[in-house]
Amino acid sequence: MAQIKNRLTPFFENITFDRDDNELILNFGPQHPSAHGQLRLMLHLQQEMIVKAHPDIGYLHRGMEKMAENMIYNEFMPTTDRMDYIASSSNNYGFALAVEKLIGLEVPRRAKVIRMMLLEINRLMSHLFWLATTALDIGAMTVFLFAFREREYLMDIIEGYCGARLTHAAIRIGGVPLDIQDTFIAQLKDFLDKLPQNIKDYEDLLDTNRIWLMRMEEVGVIPTDMALSWGCTGPMLRASGVAWDIRKEEPYELYDEVEFNVPYSDKCDNFARYRIYMEEMRESAKILYQTIDMYNECVEKGETELMAHAPKYVSAPKLDIMTQNYSLMQHFVLVTQGMRPPVGEVYVATESPKGELGYFINSQGGPYPYRLKLRAPSFWHTGILTDLLPGHYIPDVVSIIGTTNIVFGEVDR
Amino acid sequence: MRAYTPKDDVQAKAYYTDRYYVAPQVPKSEVDTDEVFASDLEAIKAKFEVKEAFIQVEQMVVYINAHDIYGVLELMRDELEYTQLSELSAIDWLAKDNTFEIFYQMLSMKKRKRIRIKYFIQNGQAVDSVEKLFRSADWSEREMYDMFGIEANGHPFMKRILMPYDWQGHPLLKTYPLQGDEFASWYEVDKIYGKEAREEIGPEIRDTARVDRYDSQRFARLGFEVPKGTEITGEEERNVDSYQEEEGVFMIKKLNKETSKIVDDPQR
Repeated sequence: MAQIKNRLTPFFENITFDRDDNELILNFGPQHPSAHGQLRLMLHLQQEMIVKAHPDIGYLHRGMEKMAENMIYNEFMPTTDRMDYIASSSNNYGFALAVEKLIGLEVPRRAKVIRMMLLEINRLMSHLFWLATTALDIGAMTVFLFAFREREYLMDIIEGYCGARLTHAAIRIGGVPLDIQDTFIAQLKDFLDKLPQNIKDYEDLLDTNRIWLMRMEEVGVIPTDMALSWGCTGPMLRASGVAWDIRKEEPYELYDEVEFNVPYSDKCDNFARYRIYMEEMRESAKILYQTIDMYNECVEKGETELMAHAPKYVSAPKLDIMTQNYSLMQHFVLVTQGMRPPVGEVYVATESPKGELGYFINSQGGPYPYRLKLRAPSFWHTGILTDLLPGHYIPDVVSIIGTTNIVFGEVDR
Repeated sequence: MRAYTPKDDVQAKAYYTDRYYVAPQVPKSEVDTDEVFASDLEAIKAKFEVKEAFIQVEQMVVYINAHDIYGVLELMRDELEYTQLSELSAIDWLAKDNTFEIFYQMLSMKKRKRIRIKYFIQNGQAVDSVEKLFRSADWSEREMYDMFGIEANGHPFMKRILMPYDWQGHPLLKTYPLQGDEFASWYEVDKIYGKEAREEIGPEIRDTARVDRYDSQRFARLGFEVPKGTEITGEEERNVDSYQEEEGVFMIKKLNKETSKIVDDPQR
């Protein structure tokens, strides 16, 4: 067949444009694989450069705050899993802690240790997931496979504990439902012993990788002022030069008893964020080693309690429910009607892997919260794209979205 | 006559409350029990009217006038080192006294303190935007508008953020039912197929607990299962279940070959 030479030559004779400039509006998402979920970006482009960005969210909006107003407190716990589904125990924990502060509950030490173990495992899972997906976005397939392999080990440990791999619901208001399984510590130690070598493997693949550096260094610079003004928290803020970690500054659980450092950087760019995630994994491992010792101490001292003793709010242990009439009655009331926290308000912030996860609860003394506001870090980390993207090029969008580590279950709630 | 149900708050209610039950209070303490909060409050009081202030669960709560909000937040950011606005939203008190309560959750990283600034506005009143002070208010105020219909004066882009732009109603109001209102149930049908297709398609089913007894594919016909695609008359005979356990589990001793059927079509 003869070649048609003019086939691809466009002709514009019949087309008139509304605007006489070179601006192109590009619709990015909501189904774009590197949009990490349901992010839609409307990008105004001059050639390849972004001059205006308009993030559009709400494609995963389920109305969790509304649901919370119509659920008793314990009923809402599994729903919190669906916020940051990469590290769901940290959501469970934030909610449990908020309600405990509202009631004024003191959680037994053994439960606190188990909670910290779960939280740090979740942080590791989340950071590994972040590393895997971001590396994949930028084209480092090997890192993706490596990081998912390690994450799988952690998911197996969690699965052994609570039966679920992704949506754990592993924490209750007043403690934890179960003691850790016999193999938990051995499995965890096994994993932690290998982790430094694993992290080194990722770093060997990435730290001096020319492509990785080109996509990361001096890209997506968030100055400190901008990060503070936009309400950035977690690794996003620490990479912008503010050493603020709620675990350190406003310690909850037993974080004041463990030793760990808060890595931060004043580089403010994508690469700084990448370094922070890697360092935080090392710190989490450090904390986990210490919690293992703390758990063994609890076992030696014979502290077996896992749930707080507060008959008005928390059901008695199963043995009591099965043997004592009054415990059974209370359990029945707590399950059918729900606990009634006192009248008052509380805002509790915890350091989730993504940043400051806050629960604001206004209770009017009823079994349903009158108002529950979920302060999810990713919401603002998405908002900042409005100011961050202009001046960057299209390929940078992918690496910037990657390092902001947004999860849309949390953004849209 | 049907019992009267109030329409101004259609959220879930406790079905039983002891008539002698008095809800306890989360303890509040005086502001001067904490030095940092006391000096912060003095600084605010010097310039603005403070209606009420107390400490609850380690955080100070300050009630101010609605028109002072920009000034108070500016003072807190520039002079008191509260550099972050973590959260901003509203509480619906329309059923009680036709007001909204707006709260601003502030964080000072230097002092390691959190303050909640609050004020009341009437229904239909707009708030002053603080987007110029804190960029994070940009999205929070849009979310507040989306969820409650409270507009922010001076906001650069006062549009819905989570719900579609053409949505009607504000979902977090207490008057808005959990399953959505009339508009919500027809939204997609009207938009995609047009109003004339309503009868053919039917409203969106938002009740997750709904059971359709003629739906054989969603476990709704337990005991009356029929093969897929069969026309359901409603007069099916009950399938009597029998369990292997009744005859013992470990090794099957009795096998009734007459009633058991060998599957010949692997694709069934």
